[in-house]
Formats: sequence, structure tokens, C-alpha cells
Amino acid sequence: MTVAGMAPREFLTDRLMLGLVALVALVLGMPSLKPLFATLYPGLDRPLYEAESFVRLTLDHMALVGVSSLAAILLGGGAGIAVTRPWGREFRGLLETVATMGQTFPPVAVLALAVPVMGFGSEPALIALTLYALLPVVENTVAGLDGVPAPVLDSARGLGMGPAEVLFRVELPLAAPVILAGVRTAVIINVGTAAIASTVGAKTLGLPIIVGLNGSNQAYVIQGALIVAALAVVIDAGFDRLAGWLTRWSQR
Amino acid sequence: MALAAVVAAIALPFLGFAPNRLLSGRPVPLWNAVQGLGGAVALLPGLVLLATPFLRPTRFGLGLTVAAGGLLTAGLVWLAGAQAAALAQGVSAAARTSFASGFWVMAAAGLLAAVDAARRLGLGAVGRLTVGAAIAGLVALQLVSGHLDALSILKEYANRRDVFADAVLRHAVLVASALIPTLLVGIPLGVAAHRVQAVGRAVFPILNVVQTVPSIALFGLLMAPLAALGAMLPGSGISGVGPLPAVIALTLYSLLPIVRNTAVGLDGVPAPVREAARGMGLTPRQIFLRVDLPLALPVFLSGLRITVVQAVGLAAVAALIGAGGLGAIMFQGLFANALDLVLLGAVPVILLAVAADALLSIGIAAATHRIGVLPGRSAP
Repeated sequence: MTVAGMAPREFLTDRLMLGLVALVALVLGMPSLKPLFATLYPGLDRPLYEAESFVRLTLDHMALVGVSSLAAILLGGGAGIAVTRPWGREFRGLLETVATMGQTFPPVAVLALAVPVMGFGSEPALIALTLYALLPVVENTVAGLDGVPAPVLDSARGLGMGPAEVLFRVELPLAAPVILAGVRTAVIINVGTAAIASTVGAKTLGLPIIVGLNGSNQAYVIQGALIVAALAVVIDAGFDRLAGWLTRWSQR
Repeated sequence: MALAAVVAAIALPFLGFAPNRLLSGRPVPLWNAVQGLGGAVALLPGLVLLATPFLRPTRFGLGLTVAAGGLLTAGLVWLAGAQAAALAQGVSAAARTSFASGFWVMAAAGLLAAVDAARRLGLGAVGRLTVGAAIAGLVALQLVSGHLDALSILKEYANRRDVFADAVLRHAVLVASALIPTLLVGIPLGVAAHRVQAVGRAVFPILNVVQTVPSIALFGLLMAPLAALGAMLPGSGISGVGPLPAVIALTLYSLLPIVRNTAVGLDGVPAPVREAARGMGLTPRQIFLRVDLPLALPVFLSGLRITVVQAVGLAAVAALIGAGGLGAIMFQGLFANALDLVLLGAVPVILLAVAADALLSIGIAAATHRIGVLPGRSAP
């Protein structure tokens, strides 16, 4: 099912496509809304956030979320695989305990604590986001691999598959929907936390919001908030689509 | 035996290679902090902890690990306090002694060892909470006795004692005032979603989208309409900033787990149980109150747990729109580059979330236990 193969009606009612169009329009077209914000907020000297372009902020925001999520997928997925192997079983309880307990820590607090430990800037934000994103990924990797039925594993081994082959050709494909759900949770939390990361010195879409709140410039706040919200909705819809594909693919 | 060796492999790098220092502008190594007999005694649990992996994993061994892990954490805090007091002698009152990475790593290792051993012991929610409360008690005792007063976080606290108490109260009030409308709307909505499928189909997509929108964006987007409303109704007290948009946003976020878990909990009540209740002559009202409600309670409570833990964190973000609370202290510290102030705001937020999580876990365990004892006996 490609975009080109979509009927026009289907395209118009598709949440992902609509969201994507809205997001791109907002990011690129925000400068042309300047007269609108000037009319809405006549009292403001600068009705449009122009210190950085929204394209730059959006790309930086996505880079921060992307890199931290990728690191979390590699580390968390690796840890999840390791503790479900016979040689790593000892660490499993500990890892699960950490993942469950860690998720009760509010992401904002984790982000704030990164500053006394690591200082201001993008790197501490990146590390805090990665650490926090690890937890749902680990939890769902373990749960997903656990859910692979034992008879399936036995028959795979009976076919003469080695441990690596069983992992990559049987276990991971079967666990993929559950792992993806964990990645989705992690990424959505990170989109929001990355916005707050503007308070610890990272340049993201949260910057216009924070600057606007501190300087009582409501136009800035709305501009930042609209784009962040659209970005989160689009990413979520994208994961929805991905999950659908994955389910159909694994059922084949 | 192999098990013991593997546990040692985790335990050793955890403690052996940790950078053992307490930072105060210049780093203070751990061995400088250990002065006299008291310091050595405080670290003794650490040695026990290093030895426990080599013991057989008996109940005694695990119990010892729990105790050693907890005592190590409390001991480290004591050491930090003692060292801070020693350093504070002969220098100006503005001097600051803060926890540094070595402290955090060792304290985390101690806590993890205790938590892991408690899990292996098979302690229930109440047992684990007792262990947690005991460790917290040891630290609280030092707090109250004034032993830690020379640490920077407490100096900050001493400077804003009133502000801090207000912030904690304000934080709790924010969470509670979002919880009341959430429960009033969410439970009926959950019951409706369970009974009429169309309600669920209409409500869940909306709540899911709300949950997706980042908190800071939702706060921002609520500002404009509320500010406009406030301008239209002067004297109504409605404003785009402050507690009102915070409570509205918190309520919107809190609805999803409550509605979902109410519906899922009720969906999970087995039809034969309802049939049996009807056969016994119970009225629909009695069936709902005496069968559905208790059976759905554990699932509902885990929804409540998600809601409360989430709301504690979101209330911290709400400080950005002037709702006050502990987040206000935290962000004030971040904006002013006052790191101890950040700690004073962020650490209590985490403690509040963990405490709420622990209390509701006990509730869930109790609710599960109750239905496990009653219908479980007659179940095949």
C-alpha cells in the first residue's frame, strides 16, 4: 500500500497523511502567519518567533528524539535479548526491577537531575532522554521475547537452526509488534521531554514556548505548541501505520 | 554456585570501579570522608554486600543483602553529612558540599542490591514497602536530627523552608484537584464504554490523541482560549496561566488510564460469574456493586496508579505556566543555574511519585488478594 496507490478519498481521510501535511505546512508556513498573529496580539512588538527558524528547531528536535531513541533501541533491545538468553538469565530480575521502578520517575525530574550531574546543554538532555527511553524498550523486548511460544522455538531448533538464526528469524520477528509498542511509548515520551529539554539548554521546539512563557509572549507559545503537538500526532500515527504493517507481515 | 559468581560479576564493577568521591568545587575522595571509627562503620555494609554474592542464596543470605544494601545507602548519606559538617568548619557559611557522581553510583548500587534481594526473597508489596520505609526512615532520622544540615541541598532548604512546604502542598493540591474531576467523569465514562461499544469507539481515539500531545504543548494550547475567556468574563478569575489550565490539562491526561482501566476491568469480569449472581436473585444494582466492582477493582486501581504517578510528573511541568508546586523550585533552579535548587525541586517530585506508586501497589495487592480468596476458592 503506497501513497501513490491510494485513492484520493482515502488520502484525505488518512490521519497520518493529513497530520504530515499539517505539520509541514505549519513548519514551513509559520512565517507567513505573522500578520495573523499580529492581528490576534496587537500588543506584541514581535508576534513571530524569529530567533531561530522553525525548520531548524524542528530538525534539531527530531534529531534529539531520533538519536536518543535509536540509542535506547540498540542498548535496550540488546539488554532485553541478553537477559532472555540462558547465560544472561541471572540479570533478568534486576533489569526488570530497574525498568519498572525507573518508569515511576517522572521524565521531567530525570531531565532536571541530568543538569546537576552532567551540566547544561544538548548532551545531558540526550543522555537523560536515552536513559528514560531505555525503560519501555527493555520492558517490551523482554515481554515480547517471552511471549514466543516454546513449541515454536523447539521446532525451529528441530529444523537445525542455530541460536543466532532462531533469534533473528523466529524470535525477533514474532516479538516485533510488542517491541515496537515499547519503542512507540519511548519515542512519544521523548518528543514531549525533548520540548521541555529547552529548559536545560537544548535547542528544540520547546524553545519558543519557554521564551514565550518567560516573556509573556503568547504568540510564541502557540507557535511552538502547535508544531510540537503536530509532530507528536504525526509520529504516533506513523507508528500506528507501522504496527499495522508489522502485524500483517508477521501473520503471513 | 554459578549463580553466585554471576551476581558477583554485576556487583563487583558496580562498586569496585565507581569513582569514590564527594564533590564540592574540588572533588573529595571517599577515603578522605572516612575519618575515624564512625566512617569505617558506615561503610561496613558495603563490604558485607561485596561478600554476599559468594554466600549461598539462602533466605538468610538474601536477607543479609537487603539489610546491607539499605544500611550502605543510609551509611553513605551519613558519611556525606559528616564530611560536609567537617568541611564547613572554618569556612564561610556560603560554602557548599553537594553529592557527586561517586555518591550517586554507590547509593544506587546499594539500593539496587537491596531491591533485587528483596525480590528474590519473594517479598510481597507490603514487605517491599516495609524495607523501603526502613531505608527511608534511616535517612529521615538523619534529616530530622540535623546531621545533614551542612549539605548544600539542606542549606537551600533552610533558605526557603516556607516556600518548600508551600510547594509540596501546592503540588499535592494540583494532583488532587485534577483527580476529582477525572474520577467523576472517568468512571461513568468507563462504565459506559464497557456497556455500549459505540461509546468506547468514540471516546478512546480522542483520549489517545490527547495522551500523545506533549504536556508543554497542551499547556500552551490551553493558554490562548482560557486567556480569551478570561478577557470576555472579567472578574471570573479565569486566566491563561496559573492553576486552572494546569488542572484542566492534568484532567485531560488522567482520563485515559481511568476510563480505559475501568472498561477493561469490567470487561474482564467472567460472564458465568454474573450469570450465577443473577441466578442467586441479585438485582442489577447489587450485581454491579457486589460482583462487578470488586472484581474490576485491581485493574481499576492500576489505572489509578498510572494516573497519579503521571499527574505528579505533569504537575511539575505545569510550573512553567505558573501553576506553582515543586516544579517551580526546579525550574527556578534551572533558569538561575542553581543546581542545588534543581535537586530540591526534582528529588521530592521523584519521591512523591515513588511513594504514590508504592501506596497504590499495596492497594492493588490487597484488592487482588481479596478476590483471590473469595471467588478463587470456588473457581475450578
